[in-house]
Amino acid sequence: MRFEGTRNFVATEDLKVAVNAAVALQRPLLIKGEPGTGKTVLAQEIANAFGRKLISWHIKSTTKAQQGLYEYDAVSRLRDSQLGDERVHDISNYIVKGKLWEAFEAETAPVLLIDEVDKADIEFPNDLLLELDRMEFHVYETRQTIRARQRPIILITSNNEKELPDAFLRRCFFHYIKFPDRETLARIVDVHYPGISQHLLHEALTSFFALRDLPGLKKRPSTSEFLDWLKLLLAEDIGPEALRESNAAKVIPPLYGALLKNEQDVHLFERVAFLAKRGG
Amino acid sequence: MFFGFFLALRAAGVKASLREFLLLQEAMRENLADFSPEHFYYLARAVLVKDERFLDRFDTVFAQHFKGILAETAELPGEVAVRELPEEWLRRLAEKYLTEEEKAQVKALGGLDKLMETLRQRLAEQKGRHQGGSKWIGTAGTSPFGAYGYNPEGVRIGQEGTRSKSAVKVWDKREFKNLAGDAELGTRNMKIALRRLRRFAREGAASELDLSGTIGATARNAGYLDLQMVPERHNAVRLLLLLDIGGSMDEHVYLCERLFTAARAEFKHLKQLYFHNCPYDSLYSDARMRRQDATPTAEILHRYDRGWKLVLVGDAAMSPYELVTPGGSSSSWNAESGQVWLQRLLDTFPKAAWINPVAERYWASTQTTRMIREMMEGRMYGLTLEGLDQAARKLM
Repeated sequence: MRFEGTRNFVATEDLKVAVNAAVALQRPLLIKGEPGTGKTVLAQEIANAFGRKLISWHIKSTTKAQQGLYEYDAVSRLRDSQLGDERVHDISNYIVKGKLWEAFEAETAPVLLIDEVDKADIEFPNDLLLELDRMEFHVYETRQTIRARQRPIILITSNNEKELPDAFLRRCFFHYIKFPDRETLARIVDVHYPGISQHLLHEALTSFFALRDLPGLKKRPSTSEFLDWLKLLLAEDIGPEALRESNAAKVIPPLYGALLKNEQDVHLFERVAFLAKRGG
Repeated sequence: MFFGFFLALRAAGVKASLREFLLLQEAMRENLADFSPEHFYYLARAVLVKDERFLDRFDTVFAQHFKGILAETAELPGEVAVRELPEEWLRRLAEKYLTEEEKAQVKALGGLDKLMETLRQRLAEQKGRHQGGSKWIGTAGTSPFGAYGYNPEGVRIGQEGTRSKSAVKVWDKREFKNLAGDAELGTRNMKIALRRLRRFAREGAASELDLSGTIGATARNAGYLDLQMVPERHNAVRLLLLLDIGGSMDEHVYLCERLFTAARAEFKHLKQLYFHNCPYDSLYSDARMRRQDATPTAEILHRYDRGWKLVLVGDAAMSPYELVTPGGSSSSWNAESGQVWLQRLLDTFPKAAWINPVAERYWASTQTTRMIREMMEGRMYGLTLEGLDQAARKLM
């Protein structure tokens, strides 16, 4: 069972090695990288490649580790008791399964994505150590132990908002998705828009990397934004000539709204373009 | 295998643990590296490095350590490299590439073990003979291994020359340099620095039970329980920021100021004041430091209590007089020395840190920097991600 990228996803060599190692040794794989480089998509693609089900657990700032295992809904039980519902006598009616439980119970080992783990409280990863290590946990209310039938393939993404605890890191494989170079990006485009004219792609890439290299940008456009922009270019039927002209004249490329997402960046770009034009 | 590499990594500050090292061994046993140096590099990186700040350091150590083994053009390094050529690896390589006929010949020569032994000796000798040379053991013609067309050095290890050239590039490129934590703070990593500060200002956003709200809501709900939650009160960090203005470091000081101001929303209070070289009896609320903007330092000491955290930003480099002698200030007359005032500030605000934009390696060469660092009890940090991180931790 090897991950080689899929029809919709270009995996670089180092990413493949990391994924395959994590899968073979059954360790969680921690993925970091610039926003928009395909961290979350990767989980979907791994699931597709291996023909597994994907279970995603999206973490928010209020998420607790316990919620991934199960939750005891004491409030509805209290309500039911006030209303005299029969269900109230069986506590297991009020145990709500979490994503991890779901993943442990699955027939074939699924791919479990723990998305943006850094959003949660700083202690969050620590609370999951044992569960990820032994792949089991105990439900106190019903006194049962839930064990994973097979170890799920676990992917964890992080955006670096908080540092993750060492003990947690030691149990993971780590991969940093760096921003793709020109060649890789061209391959990625090829996967998404197979018939695109090489000429247009060449001009678009030139514009795009020039834009990314602009010093002082607040938010540098990422792969996903580049793809959106290309889609727009194709939809509007803008030819490579228009792009080349804008490259040569150093003016803002058409439909830049897909690439630059805030006002300051647009202003900055306009100013730089203006200076370049005057200088040239 | 790779003990030396592991130790070198640790020595370079990449904190890989024994557990991770064992995991790497396991991965090698499982053949995950495919006998390709490039894959081995990726694998080792995924297992041993857990923070992109250390990727660059990892690359550096990797390049240094495996230079002699993997790169064709590199000089043979010392004893270490030869000793560390993983036997297991060599053996499997040979098994992988030899034909049946060759294997028979190997057997005739006393088996693979013998062969490996000879190879190792050869490698060691070779190093002696080719001092400063750049090639692996000679070509097929001169080596007994060459006689039967099996040249472990030239063909198997060296063969990777072409491949490893591109492989070596991967780590020699040092693509992750920008992510290194000790790199100087610039616009590029400003964002991350901001997040660090934010983390310092606030931890988590748990919710707690709003008791009175719950009672009210339950009453309105005809007695059926209705729980009300409120977000926990945010951390109330109050920060007193003193900035050294009017020297060669202005640019960096402004950078630092911008950084803290950008994070302003996260602090309950942020008060910034300016000084020149060393805080004396007056601090200024404006960077131009005009007289009308002056606030007596004594007033600051009284107005703000111990709960405030003090951050000083400056290069701490001045003439020693300015620090220790009354009247030594370069801009105005001071009745008491800068040292006295600094000490007062530190006594009033026990949680304090000094952020020094000058690279850490130069600190020791300036007398006043050393003295102030001592006064700060070592709480002087560079204007780097790591420095800010440490400072934030100390201030908590």
